[in-house]
Amino acid sequence: MLARKIKNQLFLLFVSTIMLLTCIPLLLIIKHILTMGASAFSLELILNTPKAVGELGGGIAHAIAGSLLIVALASLYAVPIGIIAGVFLSEFRNSKLTFPLRTALDTLAGTPSIVIGIFAYVILVVPLKSFSGLAGSVALSLIIIPIVVKSTEEILKLIPITLREAGLALGFSRTKVIWHILIKCHRQALLTGVMLALARTMGETAPLLFTAFGNSNFTLNLRGPMASLPVQIFNYASSPHKDWQEQAWSGALVLIILVFLLSLSAKLVISVKLKK
Amino acid sequence: MNKILFWNEEKIGISLIKIVVVLLILFICTMILLLVHMSLPAIKVFGLSFITNSEWNPVEEVFGAWPFIYGTLVTSFLALLLATPFGVFSALFISDICPLRFKGILSTLVDLIASIPSIVFGMWGLFFLAPFVRDHLAPLLREIPLSGPLFSGPCFGISILSASMILAIMILPTISSLTREIFNAVPTTYKEAALAIGATNFEKIKLSLLRPSLVGIIGALGLALARAIGETMAVVMLIGNTPQVVLSLLAPGATMASILANEYAEASSTLHLASLCYIAVILFAITMIVNFLARILIRVLSPKW
Amino acid sequence: MKIYSLLLLPLLSSLLLLSSTVATAEQIIINGAGATFPYPIYTKWFSEFGKLNSTIQFNYQPIGSGGGVKQLLKETVDFAASDTPIKEDEKKSAPWPILHIPTVVGSVVMVYNIPELENSKSKEKLQLDGTCLAAIYLGKISKWNDPLLQKQNPKLVLPNKDILVIRRSDGSGTTEIFTSYLSASDTTWNSSPGSGKSIAWPTGIGAKGNDGITTMVKQSPYSIGYVEYAYAVSNALATASLKSGDNNYTAPSIASMSSAASSIGNIDSKDLQSGDLKKLSLLSQKGGKGVAAYPMSSFTYILLPLPKTPNAKLIALKQFLKWAINDGQSMAAKLDYAPIPKELAQKISEQLK
Repeated sequence: MLARKIKNQLFLLFVSTIMLLTCIPLLLIIKHILTMGASAFSLELILNTPKAVGELGGGIAHAIAGSLLIVALASLYAVPIGIIAGVFLSEFRNSKLTFPLRTALDTLAGTPSIVIGIFAYVILVVPLKSFSGLAGSVALSLIIIPIVVKSTEEILKLIPITLREAGLALGFSRTKVIWHILIKCHRQALLTGVMLALARTMGETAPLLFTAFGNSNFTLNLRGPMASLPVQIFNYASSPHKDWQEQAWSGALVLIILVFLLSLSAKLVISVKLKK
Repeated sequence: MNKILFWNEEKIGISLIKIVVVLLILFICTMILLLVHMSLPAIKVFGLSFITNSEWNPVEEVFGAWPFIYGTLVTSFLALLLATPFGVFSALFISDICPLRFKGILSTLVDLIASIPSIVFGMWGLFFLAPFVRDHLAPLLREIPLSGPLFSGPCFGISILSASMILAIMILPTISSLTREIFNAVPTTYKEAALAIGATNFEKIKLSLLRPSLVGIIGALGLALARAIGETMAVVMLIGNTPQVVLSLLAPGATMASILANEYAEASSTLHLASLCYIAVILFAITMIVNFLARILIRVLSPKW
Repeated sequence: MKIYSLLLLPLLSSLLLLSSTVATAEQIIINGAGATFPYPIYTKWFSEFGKLNSTIQFNYQPIGSGGGVKQLLKETVDFAASDTPIKEDEKKSAPWPILHIPTVVGSVVMVYNIPELENSKSKEKLQLDGTCLAAIYLGKISKWNDPLLQKQNPKLVLPNKDILVIRRSDGSGTTEIFTSYLSASDTTWNSSPGSGKSIAWPTGIGAKGNDGITTMVKQSPYSIGYVEYAYAVSNALATASLKSGDNNYTAPSIASMSSAASSIGNIDSKDLQSGDLKKLSLLSQKGGKGVAAYPMSSFTYILLPLPKTPNAKLIALKQFLKWAINDGQSMAAKLDYAPIPKELAQKISEQLK
């Protein structure tokens, strides 16, 4: 009895220590971003467009708008496709399509983001002879899809089969079972996978370098080059000038806050609907 | 009438799902085939010896991928090894052990790591992690008896170890978030049953949480490994891009993703570009092989319902 | 029904997003890509020129010299910027002739971190010549107090420590300038590894970008690396003086870079079109008018396509370039670039008519 109690306490201690250690790098990184970026963080940064080195008042509004637009367009396609593919993998396990789909998705998940960028470049930028936010969205959707599929599949697999049987017994078609019981009732959990994918996608640089390219001007035109936060941060951080470097770090702070706000609002929207 | 509508709904729904799946497969195949096409000049010149050659010389146009294959395998598996305990146990803490009021904050904190752009990881790594590894971690690691060649040689901060550590931090939220959701999805009846027969917290977790989630966790680990294999920007800044095959983790190295990111934009000769695409193709093959092995593992471990 | 809205929603919203065009009809938007080195001065020029002429908008992305040339040849951008002229095979694959327009002068400087020298009171800089530098980067000289180094630096006491060689991990025009200088100074280097944007480095660890090398050198004692001039200045790194054409050791500065630029011979339109490096290279120039030339200086170019029938964008671009190589030069020094010689600016202006 005592041995079991001791094992229990030791285990709890162990897990709590691990949790603490996990938080350390995150807090260190956030502290670093704050110290480096706090100086340039201001309303001007969020609302203005870029200025040359040494000139005051430059901002990254164009990059914020660009990132939001490109990621929004990407997720409009990638999230439904991802959820549908995840549903397929968990509900139709014995289909002939299962093996090719899994292989294709696993390979996609392991593809470096730069290769995805190269692919989107070759199929969209070169034939149209123009960089575009659209090409960037296509590249980003290829990053979102594997994550959403995997999380959807894993969560759906854990739902007891009895729930599906109950639905079918009540006279639902399989489609209705999938939509109403599996997806709608578990949307909180599925949303976690989606937010994980979106959080990562907002910070991806390499796929956008050769697709959306970048733009020093404010534009909402997805058929032309478009700025994005990670690319703008990259350009500024690699420059030799201190004011641009500070803007880069503040940009990183803006990015993290943006993702935080997005996931918060998404969780709120989904939970409100549930309460009704 | 209702019967006809019912079957139509079922058929349309399932057909729609299948169409989406087929289109997705075709799209991904297009990507793989396109890269194979772009790498043909290199395949013609080097053939399969490309995989075992160690020389990478853009000026004399001699290319071999072995150092990059080695670097990718070592960094990604090491990153997975480092991240898994932290990911799984932090998820366990948040979903089971943690008091209710802290759950939201802690889970948000861990998820927030996912939103940090990879370049920021790279820059932070360059500023903090690399000097930390060089000045504090490396001397400590050298003290470990019997570690011999693993921690030998001078350490400059930029090394395979630093790159693996930053990768571990980057894939941690993937493991932690998904594992957390998997733990949450385990029916509470399992946990209640364990407590009902008098299990301590530890025993309850062992019996009712870990066993059913194991398969799902391996799935999450697979996704995390895939990301580690493909991560570009952060690794590029921390690995030193030295194409060499050395046992020491403190030495600089190179990965397939890093050489692609470093040289693709500036490569102008056809053979150079084709060789880089050949590396991408090899990367596809390695990802497929690793995932096959993972799936066999899952099949072995899956409880037979 | 709701499941079908899952698919209709993306289709409708994307139609909406893709149909938006906010740019006004009269605005000309010019896209360019290329070297990271001139990014700050080009941004300044675009903004100043925009004040004079608000109908022309520029977008320049620093993706690297080679990347810029590739995009220009694929016609996804209107102009490219490169630290080195385009190569023969690139010229052959171009659908039109390309004009090289030198815009400013920059240089590659050797930065180092030797704590003993930092702390000592003397302001003496490290002195190196091309052969020594090549030997360091070949791995033949591995300690700071090697006799060859000590001989070149009689006023300094160099420590008995290993040299940590830092070089670029990514392909870059900066690397091309640096390795070209080494190839020209040392026959061993010339035969192997030679020069290029990416090479097989015999030794050293790779850092990404000029900023990467800057950070590494700053943090690593006894290291040496090469960066563009502006990075050394902004980060207050110790820079080495190189042996120039007249056998003196010259420190990098706006004056020594200008001196290198002013000593080029006659440049005519054929040289600008062919990008003849024999005429345009500023490496190891002898310098003029009593000011020594810094031997690793280089022009950076804007590559202008010359199709038979120029469109409105190209005409606007020519307008901008004429302004930049004349009025724009006054803004160069503040951003750590040297202006191009006035005679060269005149010759280019004639080409741009």
